[in-house]
Amino acid sequence: MAANEIGARFGPGDRVRVRKAYPLGHIRTPFYIRGHSGAVERLCGAFGNPEELAQMRSGEPRQPLYRVRFLQSEVWPGYRGNPEDALEVEIFQHWLEPGRA
Amino acid sequence: MKDESGTETGGYQPYSYFQLMEVSLRELLVEKGIVTEAQVAATVEDIRSRSPERGARVVARAWTDPAFKTKLLADGTKACEELGLDVPALRLVVVENTPEVHNMIVCTLCSCYPRMLLGLPPDWYKSRNYRSRAVREPRTVLSEFGLSLSEQIKIRVHDSTADMRYLVLPMRPAGTGGWSEERLAAMVTRDCMIGVAVPKAN
Repeated sequence: MAANEIGARFGPGDRVRVRKAYPLGHIRTPFYIRGHSGAVERLCGAFGNPEELAQMRSGEPRQPLYRVRFLQSEVWPGYRGNPEDALEVEIFQHWLEPGRA
Repeated sequence: MKDESGTETGGYQPYSYFQLMEVSLRELLVEKGIVTEAQVAATVEDIRSRSPERGARVVARAWTDPAFKTKLLADGTKACEELGLDVPALRLVVVENTPEVHNMIVCTLCSCYPRMLLGLPPDWYKSRNYRSRAVREPRTVLSEFGLSLSEQIKIRVHDSTADMRYLVLPMRPAGTGGWSEERLAAMVTRDCMIGVAVPKAN
């Protein structure tokens, strides 16, 4: 792990919850997914923090980026379709906290 | 052609707001020596040269070469390099349709799109309608594209919110055994690789 990069806290299959926060700025975590829980599908690597890059700063230390899988029925009340219909969203580590197993 | 006051304009139309902004900014950058006209022209040419045919080549290769398909699903960027397709900086995630799972791509935040493989995104991909509804009622959106999927099939919607870009690997239609890569690629439309259509053998 490079010095300008934060280590990964989560691995595939881990339950995570997206922080329910509403800071101002260039945020790549969509509103609709904040506060919802899912499972890590994969770790994509570490990338410059977009909230810092948007301010013309270096974006370092780079943040681990995950693809997190959410069940549609958990995200949208009254969702109609297959119970395993899913949404996969890229979320940076600083937006995730450990979820219930 | 006449303007709003009824004066004959001889076909001349004033620039729109965005056209004016683009010309002003470009001329300023050239005047200040930051870019040259030739660089701008080469970049525009490069953007125009990218089309969904590139993505279709990738799909057709994956259908005919199982080893390539394995590599493509493991690391899309590396696999595309093998075909001489440069997928710079951003990582490509290829998601495979199967009889059980159908994938579709959206960018709810803006219009992130695998431009290096599909060219410029269609207007509907950037519309608020598609972006807000694809994640919330994907089955209804797909049926509006003429694709009605049984409830037995699981739908996975991929929201490209950060550094990854996505390409759907559709299922190879039945009855295409022995087809050449070129013939297979011709069936693979842009919409098939976004996941709002499936290829059909003609």
